[in-house]
Amino acid sequence: MAKRLTSSIFVVSDNIDTDQIIPAHFLTLVPTIPDEYEKLGSHAMAGLPDELYPTSFIPENQMKTAYRIIVAGKNFGCGSSREHAPIALGAAGVEAVIAESYARIFFRNSVATGELYPYESAQRLIDRCKTGDTATIDFDSDTLELNGEVFPLKPMGDVRPVVEAGGLFNYARKTGMIPG
Amino acid sequence: MTLTEKILARGAGRSQVTAGENVWVNADILLTHDVCGPGSIGVFKREFGEQAKVWDPKKIVIIPDHYIFTADRLSNRNVDILREFAKEQQLPYFYDVIDDPQGSWKFDVGRGQLKRQYGSRYQGVCHAALPRLGHARPGEILFGTDSHTCMAGAFGEFASGIGNTDAGFILGTGKLLVKIPETMRFYLEGELPPGVMAKDVILWVIGDIGFDGATYRAMQWEGPGASSLGMDDRMTITNMAIEAGAKNGVFPADQKTFAYVDERTGLNGTQRDYQPVELDKDQDFVFDKVYDLSTLEPTVAMHPNPGNRALAKELEKVSLDRAYIGSCTGGKTSDFVAFAEVVRGKKVRIETYGVPATSDVVEELKNTKWEDQSVWEVLVDAGVMMTENASCAACLGGPSDTFGRLNAPLTCISATNRNFPGRMGSKESKVYLASPYTVAASALTGHVTDPREFLS
Repeated sequence: MAKRLTSSIFVVSDNIDTDQIIPAHFLTLVPTIPDEYEKLGSHAMAGLPDELYPTSFIPENQMKTAYRIIVAGKNFGCGSSREHAPIALGAAGVEAVIAESYARIFFRNSVATGELYPYESAQRLIDRCKTGDTATIDFDSDTLELNGEVFPLKPMGDVRPVVEAGGLFNYARKTGMIPG
Repeated sequence: MTLTEKILARGAGRSQVTAGENVWVNADILLTHDVCGPGSIGVFKREFGEQAKVWDPKKIVIIPDHYIFTADRLSNRNVDILREFAKEQQLPYFYDVIDDPQGSWKFDVGRGQLKRQYGSRYQGVCHAALPRLGHARPGEILFGTDSHTCMAGAFGEFASGIGNTDAGFILGTGKLLVKIPETMRFYLEGELPPGVMAKDVILWVIGDIGFDGATYRAMQWEGPGASSLGMDDRMTITNMAIEAGAKNGVFPADQKTFAYVDERTGLNGTQRDYQPVELDKDQDFVFDKVYDLSTLEPTVAMHPNPGNRALAKELEKVSLDRAYIGSCTGGKTSDFVAFAEVVRGKKVRIETYGVPATSDVVEELKNTKWEDQSVWEVLVDAGVMMTENASCAACLGGPSDTFGRLNAPLTCISATNRNFPGRMGSKESKVYLASPYTVAASALTGHVTDPREFLS
């Protein structure tokens, strides 16, 4: 993983629940089957209401998003325990989410799968940016450069090496918690 | 220590734990279903190998319940993946949709949605079925690949929802790393007044603390009001701990708990012994509040989240297209009986769907007689579309042919547990959450209605 990540951003509001991240009718797809993993990605964020989010997260007839960073408000990922949510985002090409706060299970599933970095911002960012702006995450200094300003991010602490290793199993093997 | 701390300390083999610590605990039960089971099995096989064996077949409970009665090809296939795994690993507690272990599941559209299409072992919604099948025991640690796993906290155990990767890890090792949550105490006094149900208690509390108000925390229910509630009511309350963001919800186990658990573990041949944890005198709470049940009124969570609280009597102007009763939270026998009390001898004015949580509920409603009619007949006579096919159904939308799914921008009042945009289908639809009493009264009038006027 690069120490810096630059991408155009997709901005969402507070309380984006897992039904908006991946609607329940796509849960028939099994994430460990490679073809279905890719399909899950193509439906990421399909549950966002169209009137509030006129810009599609994934262009029609495409499988991936151009937005590798999502900037969100409070309580991102609330609702169901479906691991399909961080997986859909990861499969679509998202590498990091920056939210004011997370729902517990989404946060844990992001780390366990290693699909994305769940950063918390130190302040509310969604009123200071819009979808399509460009941002850079600096993983060494835990900061976000956005629209000419530099914002602090909360260090991820113990969970960062788990995401860096590629998830719970890789981390557990690397550190000798389970046999290699 | 709080109840949650005591249970997790025991599971970690420790005498003491403190909120915020990360500890490895042994799982007593892993629960999974058709939506997350195949992916969890996939993780298990990918990480431990195709020939790997699960850590303990008797501790794995697989209850298909989500997308069963649908022609969707992948949904039907997912039940078959569970069957293959149960066979390969010789799992005794797989509650299959069909009876033939060599068969494959296919929903027959031609037979319609209402008539029973399952075999003798099929149960329905996993959280409602789990304790009825004798898999819930006080003092234990239950993990499940579903956010409403927290429902089993009603039985004095630690129960929490996890993802597929964590479940795959447990399948191989029987262990999981958990952070000890801080505990919030909800001390209940008084008794529920007429027309008010356990659902109103939890909707009121979530409205109070906010639907992220318990994030990362345990919700512990205590007091004489908590003791006065039956097991179904406690289950309704702990089920919705996740709707406040909580890791788990828990009631202390008491004589009601023991009576239920002893009966049910006896019926299904599951483990009968257990060690409950008792309330300590010294407990540290991050939040502690007294609620008087006798002051509560019929409560509603408005679109678009479970914390968006109002009283039913304040929403009489909200007109409705549909009413729905079902799910783990709201599809138990006691929920349908309450609904039937309101609609008995009357007719619903809007389309109304009833989906029993489990196959047992179907039987009980058909066998409970009110004079010359069964409760099931009372509901059907009132115009409720009752299906015998117990499942999660439209509570979480599902494939487009799911019974009761909101396939258009409708406004629905529902006895279920979650109402984020698109939860029950169309992302333009609106869902109001309420008790079975309130859903029933609203079905009769076509707008949100305080049920007390129908219960005098």
